[in-house]
Amino acid sequence: MTAPTTAPKPAGKFIAPAAPREMTGAEIVVQALVDQGVDTLFGYPGGAVLPIYDALFQDNETHGPRLQHILVRHEQGAAHAAEGYARSTGKPGVVLVTSGPGATNAITGIVDALMDSIPMVVFTGQVPTHLIGTDAFQEADTVGITRACTKHNYLVKDAADLPRIIHEAFHIATTGRPGPVLIDIPKDVQFARAAYQAPGEVTFSHGYAPRTRGDAARIAEAARMIAKARRPVFYTGGGVINAGPSASQALRTFAALTGAPVTSTLMGLGAFPAADPAWLGMVGMHGTFEANNAMHDCDVMVCIGARFDDRVTGRLDAFSPGSKKIHIDIDASSINKNVRVDVGIVGDAGSVLEDLIAAWKAEGLEANRAALDDWWRQIDGWRARQCLKYAPSTTAIKPQQAIERLYALTKDRDAYITTEVGQHQMWAAQFYRFQEPNRWMTSGGLGTMGYGLPAAVGVQLAHPDSLVIDIAGEASIQMCIQELSTAVQYGLPVKIFILNNEWMGMVRQWQQLLHGERYSQSYSESLPDFVKLAEAYGAVGIRCEDPAELDAKILEMIDTPRPVIFDCRVAKLENCLPMIPSGKAHNEMILPEEVEDLGSVIDEAGRKLV
Amino acid sequence: MSTDPATDPASAYDLSHVDEVENLATFALLVDNEAGVLHRVVGLFAARGYNIESLTVAETDRKAHTSRITIVTRGAPHVLDQIEAQLSKVISVRRVHDVTRDPNGIERELALVKVRGTGQDRVEALRVSDIFRAKVIDTTSESFVFEITGAPGKIDSFVELMRPLGLVELSRTGVLSIERGATGM
Repeated sequence: MTAPTTAPKPAGKFIAPAAPREMTGAEIVVQALVDQGVDTLFGYPGGAVLPIYDALFQDNETHGPRLQHILVRHEQGAAHAAEGYARSTGKPGVVLVTSGPGATNAITGIVDALMDSIPMVVFTGQVPTHLIGTDAFQEADTVGITRACTKHNYLVKDAADLPRIIHEAFHIATTGRPGPVLIDIPKDVQFARAAYQAPGEVTFSHGYAPRTRGDAARIAEAARMIAKARRPVFYTGGGVINAGPSASQALRTFAALTGAPVTSTLMGLGAFPAADPAWLGMVGMHGTFEANNAMHDCDVMVCIGARFDDRVTGRLDAFSPGSKKIHIDIDASSINKNVRVDVGIVGDAGSVLEDLIAAWKAEGLEANRAALDDWWRQIDGWRARQCLKYAPSTTAIKPQQAIERLYALTKDRDAYITTEVGQHQMWAAQFYRFQEPNRWMTSGGLGTMGYGLPAAVGVQLAHPDSLVIDIAGEASIQMCIQELSTAVQYGLPVKIFILNNEWMGMVRQWQQLLHGERYSQSYSESLPDFVKLAEAYGAVGIRCEDPAELDAKILEMIDTPRPVIFDCRVAKLENCLPMIPSGKAHNEMILPEEVEDLGSVIDEAGRKLV
Repeated sequence: MSTDPATDPASAYDLSHVDEVENLATFALLVDNEAGVLHRVVGLFAARGYNIESLTVAETDRKAHTSRITIVTRGAPHVLDQIEAQLSKVISVRRVHDVTRDPNGIERELALVKVRGTGQDRVEALRVSDIFRAKVIDTTSESFVFEITGAPGKIDSFVELMRPLGLVELSRTGVLSIERGATGM
């Protein structure tokens, strides 16, 4: 700030509460969290946040456990746990870590939240103001480092600014396109005394005002385009989930009105029920044959809360060449970023969908049923290719089969699924059939191995009586395995379902297909004994290698009221298919029966892509 | 967008729109004057691979605590649209104005130009500076420092004329902008 930090506030800024409560900066943090409705925060103490931890302790003594602090084992775990908590509840996740390494360790989770639009508020301690810039012990330029990976961030230099900044941070994190907001608080500011202001008493200092209602004229135009469509498709994403359960409801209503098929990105799974006949399965690199061909051949594409990510579009210059495109997104910069669209509507997915339904009804629009019948016949032809078919075996558990059985045995339970990143994640997306939003937590944009277990911890805290399963790989799970200790400490019965094929499967698959079967560093050497590892942590270990025992052991896992590691030994060299090879278009998908030719399908240009 | 899948190159990240010409564009931003705000803007350009041709920044309203940043960049029209959208997303940015695409936009720049020469070159330098309405703000027996303001193109022309006459050094402020008419940004 250019103004002196000791400058008195303009008198008009205080909408004087009955008795201005003066407290320390640390107490302000705690009071603001309570006033923001926070009940759980994830963190790890350290020198520069000790005053806040002290204030938490005292608050707990005075008011009981109204603020539950979850002690993680690594700050990355705190951030992912907050993501899991946020994504399964719609409420912001809150993280509290110390300066320097505390902050830098949290960064992977912060970037993950930015990429996947997860509301999160991160509090970091900082060295005292007078030491900033002196390379003090555990000093890092946290606001500098996180400027590029937060929606907004603050360095608080005056305790009097704290109430406003904290309330602003929650507002920014949870509105518009949600994302992480970081507040860096020097230790002396945590000790300094200042007047507290409640959320309704502060005046925000910024001009932030996200647009949530879509433009009426464009909505009407979009509705008419959809009504005229002969081959429409809805392509939905995480924005529908973020817009709340009512948005998923509106999507279902509008899809039924229009008779259009629905596909979704990885992040959007669950917004539209997989059991609905209009559901095409996931779109993109490992999406279904029918979803990708529908995207390629459609004449009107309705993108709702998705962002034409490269995993979805494949080769951009051959992406859905014949379609008119409608794009609904709360982030104006997403529109026309990767793909140019015909109608861009800036607004909240739920609000725009409701307005679309209203416009459809007000104009008395009707879908072209005859054309739709032809379109559905074509889609049924694609479906008949059975792109997810795999060859079961009596001697080895196929990973697809493991997920299919996991789904079959948990679908009638109140289940939440998280994942790590890799083949298991794609198989989970393909074979676990989500019917409701907020049930699926995965690292989509950043693709963070190590996300799933801490995320499951966050989900289980928010839903203590539900069944929370982290579908994992044996490589990914080792990236944040330490959070099993957190699960044990808080009695969180999370289930870690490891598809153990002894390989970093997706890396191995790409090396097989693109790098002449030269398996560089992708074999998981020296794996721990996962059953013993579970026991060492005080959890339960189950191992299964026989397909005949799979169901019984999954049920045993479900019925164990404690954290479980399920070491599911699966076929080692299974590839994740179908697949749009790098550099190819949606209608150039490789199906399982064509797998022998896969290496020859990808050309030199495709080999250079990720 | 090409619809012929037979055409190369086949990159999933092929964002190049070869049919589009790159243009210079000037954006005027009204930002909250807070620590790091310039980094937010410059960092956005660096992270997304946009060029910065020139940049000026100063506090313009002490009471409202706002600064004005004028940033000149280069890109195809859809890139410029994206830059504007990305800038508008930054919480500390209150307004973004595309000066170049505004017919009422005015752009000015100031330059200090040091020229060393004697004899006929010295006379010619002074004559040219007079035509360009540049001011002499320092002089020695063998050099001048000129101060010149104008549209960036005028300064370019002046510098090119000075080059053969003994141009030693050039310092430019970067572009400033404002809109014609009675209303503010």
